[in-house]
Amino acid sequence: MSRLVAFAAIQGGYNIVSKVEGKYKKALQTYDAATKVGFPNTAYYLPVIYSLLGIKVETLEDIKQPLDFARKLLPPHVKGQNHLPYLGPLLDAGMAALFAFEIEEALRYLEDPDFYLHSEEIDEEAGKIWLGAADDTVFRKRGVEFVDGSAPGFAAMVGAAPDPETAKMIVEEYQRRSLYIFCAANQNGTTIIEQLLEAGVQVGWNTRIVPFGPDISSAIFALGFANRAAMAFGGVQPGDYKRMLLYNKNRIFAFVNALGDVNAEWAAAAAGCVNWGFPTLADTDIPEILPTGICTYEHVVANVPHNEMVQRSVEVRGLKTTVSTIDIPCAFGPAYEGERVRGGDLYCQMGGGKTQATELVKMAEMKEIEDGKVNLVGKDLSEIKEGENLPLGIYVQIAGRKMQVDFEPILERQIHHLINYIQGVMHIGQRDIAWIRVSKAAVEKGFSLKHIGVVLHAKFHQDFGSILDKVEVTLYTDKKDVDALTKRARQEYKTRDERVENMTDEAVEIYYSCTLCQSFAPTHVCTVSPERTGLCGAYNWMDCKASYEINPTGPNQPIEKGECLDPVLGQWKGVNEFVKQASRGAISGYNFYSVVKEPMTTCGCCECIAALLPQCNGVMTVHRDYTGETPCGMKFTTLAGVMGGGQSSPGFVGHSKFNITQRKFIKGDGGLLRLVWMPKSLKEEIKERLIKRGEELGVPNLIDMIADETVGTTEEEILPFLQEKGHPALSMDPIISE
Amino acid sequence: MAEVTKETTKEKVKKVADPVASSIDTATQQMIARAQELGIDTVFDRAAAMKPCNIGTQGICCKNCSMGPCRLPLTKDVDPENDTRKGLCGATPNTIAARNFARMVAGGAAAHSDHGRCVAEVFMSVARKESHDYQIKDPLKLLAIAPHLGVETTVEENGEAKDRNLDEIALEVAEKALAEWGKPEGELLYLKRAPELLYEKWKKHGVLPRNIDREIVEIMHRTHMGVDQDYKNIVKQCTRAAIADGWGGSMLATDLQDVLFGTPYPLQSEANLGVLKADHVNVVIHGHEPVLSEMIVAAAQSQEMLDYAKSKGAKGIQLSGICCTANEILQRHGVPLCGTFLQQELAIITGAVDAMVVDIQCIFQNLANVAKCFHTKLITTHPIARMEQSNVTHIEFDEHHAMEDAKRIVKMAIDNFQNRGSEVMIPKQKAVQIAGFGVESIEYHLGGTFRGTFYTLNDNIINGRIRGVAGVVGCNNARTRHNEGHIAIVKELIKNDVIVLTTGCNGIACAMEGLLTPETAGVFCGPGLKEVCETVGIPPVLHLGSCVDNSRILLAATEVVKAGGPWKDISDLPVAGSAPEWMSEKAISIGHYFVSSGVYTVFGVTLPVSGAPIFQKYLFEELEKMYGGKWDLEADPIKHAQKMIAHIDAKRKALGIDKARERQLMDMADRMKLEATA
Repeated sequence: MSRLVAFAAIQGGYNIVSKVEGKYKKALQTYDAATKVGFPNTAYYLPVIYSLLGIKVETLEDIKQPLDFARKLLPPHVKGQNHLPYLGPLLDAGMAALFAFEIEEALRYLEDPDFYLHSEEIDEEAGKIWLGAADDTVFRKRGVEFVDGSAPGFAAMVGAAPDPETAKMIVEEYQRRSLYIFCAANQNGTTIIEQLLEAGVQVGWNTRIVPFGPDISSAIFALGFANRAAMAFGGVQPGDYKRMLLYNKNRIFAFVNALGDVNAEWAAAAAGCVNWGFPTLADTDIPEILPTGICTYEHVVANVPHNEMVQRSVEVRGLKTTVSTIDIPCAFGPAYEGERVRGGDLYCQMGGGKTQATELVKMAEMKEIEDGKVNLVGKDLSEIKEGENLPLGIYVQIAGRKMQVDFEPILERQIHHLINYIQGVMHIGQRDIAWIRVSKAAVEKGFSLKHIGVVLHAKFHQDFGSILDKVEVTLYTDKKDVDALTKRARQEYKTRDERVENMTDEAVEIYYSCTLCQSFAPTHVCTVSPERTGLCGAYNWMDCKASYEINPTGPNQPIEKGECLDPVLGQWKGVNEFVKQASRGAISGYNFYSVVKEPMTTCGCCECIAALLPQCNGVMTVHRDYTGETPCGMKFTTLAGVMGGGQSSPGFVGHSKFNITQRKFIKGDGGLLRLVWMPKSLKEEIKERLIKRGEELGVPNLIDMIADETVGTTEEEILPFLQEKGHPALSMDPIISE
Repeated sequence: MAEVTKETTKEKVKKVADPVASSIDTATQQMIARAQELGIDTVFDRAAAMKPCNIGTQGICCKNCSMGPCRLPLTKDVDPENDTRKGLCGATPNTIAARNFARMVAGGAAAHSDHGRCVAEVFMSVARKESHDYQIKDPLKLLAIAPHLGVETTVEENGEAKDRNLDEIALEVAEKALAEWGKPEGELLYLKRAPELLYEKWKKHGVLPRNIDREIVEIMHRTHMGVDQDYKNIVKQCTRAAIADGWGGSMLATDLQDVLFGTPYPLQSEANLGVLKADHVNVVIHGHEPVLSEMIVAAAQSQEMLDYAKSKGAKGIQLSGICCTANEILQRHGVPLCGTFLQQELAIITGAVDAMVVDIQCIFQNLANVAKCFHTKLITTHPIARMEQSNVTHIEFDEHHAMEDAKRIVKMAIDNFQNRGSEVMIPKQKAVQIAGFGVESIEYHLGGTFRGTFYTLNDNIINGRIRGVAGVVGCNNARTRHNEGHIAIVKELIKNDVIVLTTGCNGIACAMEGLLTPETAGVFCGPGLKEVCETVGIPPVLHLGSCVDNSRILLAATEVVKAGGPWKDISDLPVAGSAPEWMSEKAISIGHYFVSSGVYTVFGVTLPVSGAPIFQKYLFEELEKMYGGKWDLEADPIKHAQKMIAHIDAKRKALGIDKARERQLMDMADRMKLEATA
C-alpha cells in the first residue's frame, strides 16, 4: 500500500527537516552568519538546492532560505482513513528531506572539514574511506562518460548487504555492466563500502565504486552529481526545476538500491529520488508502488533477491546495459579501466622502464592474415615466476575492404583502454612507452598474454566492424623480437606524425561535424578541421573521418567547407550553413581561429578554455584539471558555466590541449604568441610541443615568457612579469580593435 | 385526441410514488414516505401522477408561432423513406426538432453564461475596489488566466521585465472578461486554450463564437418562425453557442470564481440528508451561484453568529447545500452536501431546516408550498429568480454590502430555530467524501510541487492501468429512479478501469453512495485503476465541482492532450461523456459543447430528438466527422456504460495502445531520441 510509504516518508521528512533545523541553529550559535559554507571546488554552490531552487548558498546565513523552503514543503500527515491524496505530498516531503540533507552535509563540511577525503581515491591505511561531494574536476571528467554513454547510469546503493560476499557480487555485476555505484548510508553501523573493502574490492572513482559517506544524508552527493551534469552538459538553467528533473528522468539512468531495513528517513530519501525519476529497489519487504508515471516504470519494488538485484534494477529503470562476453577468464568492462595493480598485487610487468613494451597496428592485405588468430612468440605468464618482468611487443594486423592506413593510429590508440578494461590488468602509456602490469589475481584466474589478443580481436570487430574484416594479433616476449618491432614501429610513428603534422585546413575540402554531445547540449555543434581538433580533446579530424566511415549516419558528418569567407579568422560558407541548420538557427556561424570575434561554441566538455586578458593584450588558457583562480577572474568551472551550453561567447573559446600547439590556434587574434598565461601543470604537459612551436614562431623561449600561477593569478600580478620577459603579445596590435 | 382524454382520466386518480421505486437512496426513500405520511406531495408523487407529453418527448412539437402548436408525432404509419410530415408553414420534423434542441442549448448556455457574467461583474467591482467584502483570494490563478485573456503580467522597465501590479492586472482581466459577453468584433479569447487541432476544426466549420450573448441571441432569432429551416445550419449555431458556453461563459465563471474565492484543493466532507443536525441551526443553500453563499459561509463561521446561535439555544450553525451552489462551497470550504436536485423538498420535510437560501437555477417552485408546512424560511436572493408565493422572503443580494446581507440571512435562520416544531425527522444516512479536485490540484497530486503533470495520468492510460477517462455529470430526473443511473454507470465504469470525473448532481450522488472515498478503489475498481488510485491516494471518482465546472473537464482533457502521448486532440483520447439522469436545458448545452469538443457523449433517460430520425442521425453520427464527438442515447445504465467503454476501446485501438505495453530497455542511442526534457 502506497499509503504506508507516504505515511512513513512524510514522517521521515519531518524528522529530517527538524533535525537539520536544530543543527543549523546550533551552527549559528557557534559561527558567524557570514561564515562561508559549501562543498569543495565547485561553482554550483549546494548543487541540488542551486539547480532546483536557483538559490546560491554561500554563507551560513544563506542556508535559512532553502531550509525554510523545505519546512514549508512538508505536507500534512496522512490520515489512516478517508485520507486526502498523498502522491504529491509524498514527493514534496522527499524533496524537503533532500534539501535538508544537502544542508546537513554542508554543515558537516563546516564543522568537521576533514571528515571526507577530498580525493578521487580513498586512503584505506589512514582510515579515510569516505570521499564526500565530487568536486567539479571529478564531475566534469566523469560526467562526460554519462554524456557519451560509456557509463550508462548509476546505482545509488544505501545500507549494507547481509555479508561482504553478497555486496561484492552485486557491485561487481554493476561494474561488469559499466555502471557507477554511488554508496551511502549504513545498516546498523555497517556500510557496503566497508564490506567491499573486506572482500578485497578496490573502491574509488577509478573503479566506479564511489564511497560518498556513511550516512543517508551523503546520498545527496549522487543527486548533486546528476544535477550538475544537467546544468553543465544539458544547458538546464538553475531554478528550472521541471526541466532539471525531466532531464534526469530521460538522460541520467539512475536508481536506488536499499539494502537492509528501510526506516522513515530512507523512505523520505527514496521518495525524494522519485522526483528525479529514480526508482528504489529494496531487498526487504516494504510496500511497493508499481504504477508508472513519475518514474519510467515502477517506483518502488520490494523483496528483490540479491542475485536478481542488478537485473531487476536495470529493468525497472528501463536501462539497456551490455556486458562484454569476451572469452577470457577475467571480467571485462569500462568499470575496470581505472583499477590499479599495486605493488603487493603485482605478478608481472612489461615496459615501464624495466623492459621494452611496444604497440603497433598495421594494415594488411586480406589474404595475408587469418582473422581471430593470436600468436604468442616467446614465454607466456605461466612460464615465468612471480615478480619477473617480460618485454612485450603487441603487433596487430588489420585487413578490410574499407580499411585505410589513416585508421591505423586510431585503432592503435584503442589498445590502451581495451587492455585496461580487463579486470586485474593495468595499462599505461602507448606506442613504444607502453607499460602493462598484471596482477596475481588475474594470473590465478588463468590470464594469459594471448588473452590480450582475444580482447583486441573481439573489441575491434565490435567497435569497428564496418571498416575491418580481419584482425590478427601477434605478441612477442623475446627481447630480440620486441626490439625489432620497436625499431620498425618508431619508423612508422615518425611517418604518421609527419603526415598529421603537415595536414592543413587549406589542404582538405571536407571538415567534420561532431554532435556527440547533442544528447546533452541540444544546440551545440562542433566542427573539427585538421588544425582545429575537437575541443573535448577526444576527436581529431582523422578520428571523425574514421567515425564517419564506421557509422555514416552517426554524430560525425562531413561538411563541405565551401567558400572561404575569412582566411584569417577561419570562416567558411559551408560550415556556417551547416552550423545554422544543426543548431536550429541558434548560431548563424562562427570563426575557427578567434577568441575575440564570433568564437566557436562549446558544449561544456572542452579540455581547456581560453579567455581574453585585455590589460595584457593577450589571451590566457586554463585546463579543467586546474582548480585554482585564473587572471580572467574565474576558475575553470565558473568559466565553463558562463560559456557552455552551446553559446558563442566573444572573449572566450573552448579548445583541446593539443590545439594550443596547432598552427592555427587563435591565429585570427595573433596566434600562440598571444598566450600570456596558463597553469603550470598544463605547461609541463605540452612542454615539448610548446617549445617546438615557439621555435617555429621565432620565439624559442616563449614557454618561459608565459606566466603561470606561480607568477600570479590576476592581470595586475602577471603584467610586470610579461613586461620583464618582453612577452611578444605586449608589442602586438591591440587585441580588441574596432 | 383520444389519447389526451385518456391521460386526463388517469390524472383524476391521485397517484403517489412508491418510495423504493423512486430512489436507490435509503434516506430519500424514508423522506418520501415521511412526506406521504404528512400528506405533502413531492416531485416523486407528481411524476407518478403526471405522465410526460409523448410528443414533446420526441421533440417535434412546434409552438414558435400562434398558427400552431404543430405536433408531428413519429408514429408507426410514418414511412421513413417518404416522411411527409410538416407543420402549417411546412416545417419538417428535422427543422422543428432542431429548433427545439437549439432553444434548449440557448437556454442552457444563457443560464451558465449569465451566472458567469454575474461573477465577472462582482470581479469587476472587486478590481475597482468597490466591494470590500470580497478580495482576490488566489492571485496565482489570476496570473495564470491573465495571458489567456491577452493581459500582460509583466511590464518592461529599463529593458527588464518586471512583475506587473496585481491590481492593474485584475482590472484589465475584469475588463477583458466582461467584454467577452458583448464585444463587437473578434472571437472569444479562451478558444485558443483548446488543443490547436480542435481550434482549427472550429475555424474550418465556421463555429468560432464571436461573443457569448450574440450566439444565444442568434439562436433565438434563427429559430423564430420562418428563419433558419435547415437543421444542419441550425446545429451549426447550436455548436457555436455551446462552445461559447463551455469555453466561454462557464469557463470564465469557474476561473473568476477561483480567483475570487480560491482554487479548490482536495478536502474531506460529508453528503446526504444526514448532515443536518437536530441541535444546530440548519441553513441550506441551494442554487448555482456561489457569490452570496461565499459570504454566508463566512457569516455562519463568524464568532458573532455562533454566539448568537448559542444564545438562541442551538449548539451551532450547520451549513449545508443542495445542487451546484452546494458543490461550489463544498469544493472550496468543505461545506457538506445536503442532497441532490431531487432531494430539495425532502430537506425541508425533515423539519430541521431553519432557512433555505436559494439563488438561481434548478429551484422547485414547490419549495414554497413545502416550506409552508414547516417553520422553514425560504429566502430568495437573486433579482432574476423570485417566487410568487407569499411565504417566500426576498433578500436581494448586492455585492457592495454582501456580508451585511449574509449576516441578515443567517440571523434570520437563527431567530427561526426556536420556531421548529416537534416533527423533526432527520435520516441518519450520510457518507464521507473527498472532494475539491480541479485541473490544478490533479496536476499537483500527480507529481507534487516539482513533478506535477498530467503525464502521470497519460502514462497510466498508455500502459493500460487506466482504460480511459469518463466525465459523468448532470442532473437528476424524476422520470427515472433517483441516482440509479448515476451510480450504476459510474460503478460499471470504474469496475472496467475507467476513471470518472464528476460534477453537478452526479457528484452529489456519488458522494452519497460513498464513491468519493479513496477506500472505494479497493472495493469497486478494476485492478489497474485500483493500483493507480492507491498510488496517488485518490478516489476513483474525482469530484470537480458544479455544472459550470464542466469547463474544468474540458481543460483537464486539454492538459492530457498537451502533456504528451500518442494523441493530438481531445477527439483522439480514450474518453467519453455521460449525463445519466439529465433534465435541464443546461445539460443539453453541456452535452453539445462536449460533442463539439470531440467527446462521445451519451445521455440517459430520453432525448427530445427521436421524432426526427434524420436530425437524430445527424447528431448521433454525422457530427463526429466534423468535430470527432457525437451524441448518443441509452436509458439502460449498464448498456450506457458499455457503450462508453466500447468507444474508449475503439480509441485505444486507433491509438495503438490496446495491447499491453512492452518494457523498453534503452541504450544511449535510444535515449538520444528522447526529448531530453519532455
